[in-house]
Amino acid sequence: MLAWTIYISFAGALVLALLPKGSATLARWFALAVSVTGFAIGVAGFVQAAGQGRVVLVDVPWVASMGIRFTLAADGISRVLVLLTGLAAVAGVLFSWNIEVRTNEFFAFFLALIGGVYGVFLSFDLFLLFVFYEIAIVPKYFLIAIWGSTRREYAAMKLALYSFVGSAMVLIGLLAAYAISGSHSTGLVALANANFPVSFQMWAFPLVFVGFGILAGLWPFHTWAPTGHVAAPTAASMLLAGVVMKLGAYGCLRVAIGLFPHGMDPWGWSFAGIGSWRDVFALLAVIGIVYGALVALAQTDFKFVIGYSSVSHMGFVLLGLVTLKQIGVTGAVLQMFSHGVIAGLLFAIVGRIVYERTHTRQLAELEKMHLGKRMPFAAWAFVIAGMASMGLPGFSGFVAELQVLVGAWIAKPWWTAAAGIGIVVGVAYTWRALQKAFFSDRLPTPDEHPKTGWPKFEAITWPEIAGTALLMAATLIVGVYPRVLLDSIEPAVKALLAGGMQ
Amino acid sequence: MNYADLFRVTLPEMALEITSVLVLFVDLAFLRKAALQTRVMSAVLLGVIGCGAALIALPLHAFGGLTYPGSVDVVLSAGGYTAIAQIGILGLTALTLLLLVGSDFTQHVGEYVAVVLMAATGGLLISAAQDLLVIFVGLELLSLGLYVLTAFAKRSGKSAEAAIKYYLFGGMSAAFLLFGFSYLYGLSGSTNLHRMLLGLYRPHAAEMAPLLYVALVMIAAGLGFKVAAVPFHLWAPDTYEGAPAPAAAFIASVSKVASFALLIGISTAAWHVFDGLGGRVSVSVGFHMQPMSVYLGFRNAWQEILILLALASMVLGNLAALAQSSVRRLLAYSAISHAGYILLGLAFFSYSSQSAQAILYYILTYGLTTIGAFGAVAVVERAGGGDRMDAFLGLVKRNRLLAMVMMVLFLSLAGIPPLVGFWAKFNLFAAILRVYPVGAGLGLVVLAVAMSAVSLYYYLQVLKRVFVMPAVDETPMKANPVTMGVLVVIALAVVILGCLPGLLQSWMAGFYAGM
Repeated sequence: MLAWTIYISFAGALVLALLPKGSATLARWFALAVSVTGFAIGVAGFVQAAGQGRVVLVDVPWVASMGIRFTLAADGISRVLVLLTGLAAVAGVLFSWNIEVRTNEFFAFFLALIGGVYGVFLSFDLFLLFVFYEIAIVPKYFLIAIWGSTRREYAAMKLALYSFVGSAMVLIGLLAAYAISGSHSTGLVALANANFPVSFQMWAFPLVFVGFGILAGLWPFHTWAPTGHVAAPTAASMLLAGVVMKLGAYGCLRVAIGLFPHGMDPWGWSFAGIGSWRDVFALLAVIGIVYGALVALAQTDFKFVIGYSSVSHMGFVLLGLVTLKQIGVTGAVLQMFSHGVIAGLLFAIVGRIVYERTHTRQLAELEKMHLGKRMPFAAWAFVIAGMASMGLPGFSGFVAELQVLVGAWIAKPWWTAAAGIGIVVGVAYTWRALQKAFFSDRLPTPDEHPKTGWPKFEAITWPEIAGTALLMAATLIVGVYPRVLLDSIEPAVKALLAGGMQ
Repeated sequence: MNYADLFRVTLPEMALEITSVLVLFVDLAFLRKAALQTRVMSAVLLGVIGCGAALIALPLHAFGGLTYPGSVDVVLSAGGYTAIAQIGILGLTALTLLLLVGSDFTQHVGEYVAVVLMAATGGLLISAAQDLLVIFVGLELLSLGLYVLTAFAKRSGKSAEAAIKYYLFGGMSAAFLLFGFSYLYGLSGSTNLHRMLLGLYRPHAAEMAPLLYVALVMIAAGLGFKVAAVPFHLWAPDTYEGAPAPAAAFIASVSKVASFALLIGISTAAWHVFDGLGGRVSVSVGFHMQPMSVYLGFRNAWQEILILLALASMVLGNLAALAQSSVRRLLAYSAISHAGYILLGLAFFSYSSQSAQAILYYILTYGLTTIGAFGAVAVVERAGGGDRMDAFLGLVKRNRLLAMVMMVLFLSLAGIPPLVGFWAKFNLFAAILRVYPVGAGLGLVVLAVAMSAVSLYYYLQVLKRVFVMPAVDETPMKANPVTMGVLVVIALAVVILGCLPGLLQSWMAGFYAGM
């Protein structure tokens, strides 16, 4: 059933692309219907498969002569991420309700991107996974380049090229794995059981990990992320931070770690405590956590704060993955979900609710506007989202980051210590942005203050309220009762870490 | 063997030749007074029918090919790669002919179609040729046609300039080729490809004749010119820019298919050189064996040359394309880089038909896509915009269908799945790695993949103008319905073949099944 999420998204994209111009309202409602259906299928699939392991959805030969099969399957990790994609898609459509220019094209690219993302999470054939992964690149480019803001053409091209370079690295790994396995199959399960020589895994693992890691915001290959997030229209930022970065992290887990586990074996020598690729990537992840947080602290543009916070939070995901401990990897997957929801919420508040009314994202200018009084909905929403982002108990981020940190402590205690600094700085930048944007007590100078009082902002619209409520509910439910997802994630992670993906 | 036999064996070529004469006759005898578009329509229709007739005639002669009188040596092969390439040539020729509808660059429609068909005959010949003399004659037949086609827009100075450049380069490279062939004949005592290769066999490196290297470099210059490989590529940007669009599409597709079919023929012969000697000497290039040391002589020197050409073409083609502001020149440099990938496949050839199939898959789908690209450029040019990048500004507002077609074609050229260009690349690189999974094979594939990442940038530069940047002029752009029909069919084929890559692969494998 879950396979239909992919089909209806692409079918929806095709219909929207062929829809005559000038039917913006129709396009919106159609896109909402498609994404809600996708989400509903995701929820139904999640509930139905509760307690089950890997369920094969479709498995037919695709390119028979090369042993490539069209294999869609879902284990606990896939189901959670499909759920996230559904959420992000619905919220993205709701927060794009005000797109007036080339509306049907916008939603066509949007749904094509969503379809590609569903496809990646559900593919159990490496080749198919790669195809969906690349399908997701092109719509991102057009979404940002056509409907974006600040330096959009630059940001879009940068994002496209970074993604494409990453996927080229993955392609090399895929070709080499295909050639070396000699098993005449590109199925993930078949390749995981192919017993690749350790010497091969030693170079394939870092290649594929970095290839996917580029999209997951792995430091120092993260620079596409802040510019891309800032330039993108709100819905695209929500998708970029919400699900596209997760594609990278998912690839790191499913392909790099799943297929080439011996790539993380010790080299046999060490330099400054770095003795394996695992240590290298843990170090990069920790640097990403601290660096992202520190840079976020220094931003003057509200959206850049969120953009860099994404780099920091994705650092936790990558750190959790390379702990290779059950609890750490589980935490990483949960953090993917959690960050997807929270970053989506933050981008929606900053990019849509605030920016569309104030037409500025500069913190220095927002400071003068007394948004806390004039836009109470946005202020309260940001307070809650900010608390979730800081990782306060009761929100999904807390459970996820705690697990990652515990996993890191078991693996190497200093990772936890360093990542802890990132959390503290994380509180600081969120607080700073919150205070400056909404609760500044800086009085406007007389010439800034309009004589007739502040003009009224446009009222908050129903799609904004619905989208905010949806995402907030998701982070709260998972925060209060994380077992709802953990029951699904834990067995899948256990199977994956045990090798062979069975 | 008499002339009747010869006629029967070259039935498809004969069909094309007869059609070309017929086209000339009809155009000159009956349609002198008719309107230009009527003449174009009738000439194109006849030409397409001729291609269809040749296609029907193709299986009739496929009984092992033509041999010398009283000898077992094959002059023209049939089946296998030859059949695939010939079908491809005929199909692509028909498509390029259809692009002529609606164009007005020439009054001499009959001559144009006749020359196209004759050049296609040359293409058919070289994709079957197994003899140096036939190869040369076929190549010249093809090349002379291409020079004429390039110059066909008589009112355009660029067309004449491109043609004279193309002709001078071409004449020189033909001279090189012939010179190289004469050395090969001198070294081996035969003009037959298989006998020649066998004659060049030396068990030890020390016994290699230095003249062989001279000959091979000469031949590489001649054939490298045909496929526009660096450093013999200098004609390509000018010719692609100056030639009338249907002619440029023909040069970029049919001529490439034919030339690569010839190269496949040479490589196949080189890798199967001992097959004729009864029990198969184990030259199959397996993973564990050192393929180079087994057969010295032609093959390893040829491989080295191909690697150098491939390397230079991939790097220079992609980097030079980054700097282009004319879409036609951009397509020319992209053609050079695609030739580089294919040459890599030829350098790391496989004993089984896997490499040959992967290369044919690549070149046929590339030819199809590039015809579409030139068709789209032609539509924009006819609307008065020229081929500068800026002529494509805001195309999505002016002609949405054309914009969508261009997106499909250019993304396919860039190798984005699920379009057919991606499968072609994957297929080709997988074929190389299957045989050479370590060392130079792997290294060059890594470089090729990296270079195709570079290529996305310049393809997106075009698409950026089509979709993203604001239009200067928003008047709807009219396109000839036949041209649009051809473009839509090509785009659909690119999508469908991309989603179901097995279709084309199993079709090709069918031709090899009986061999």
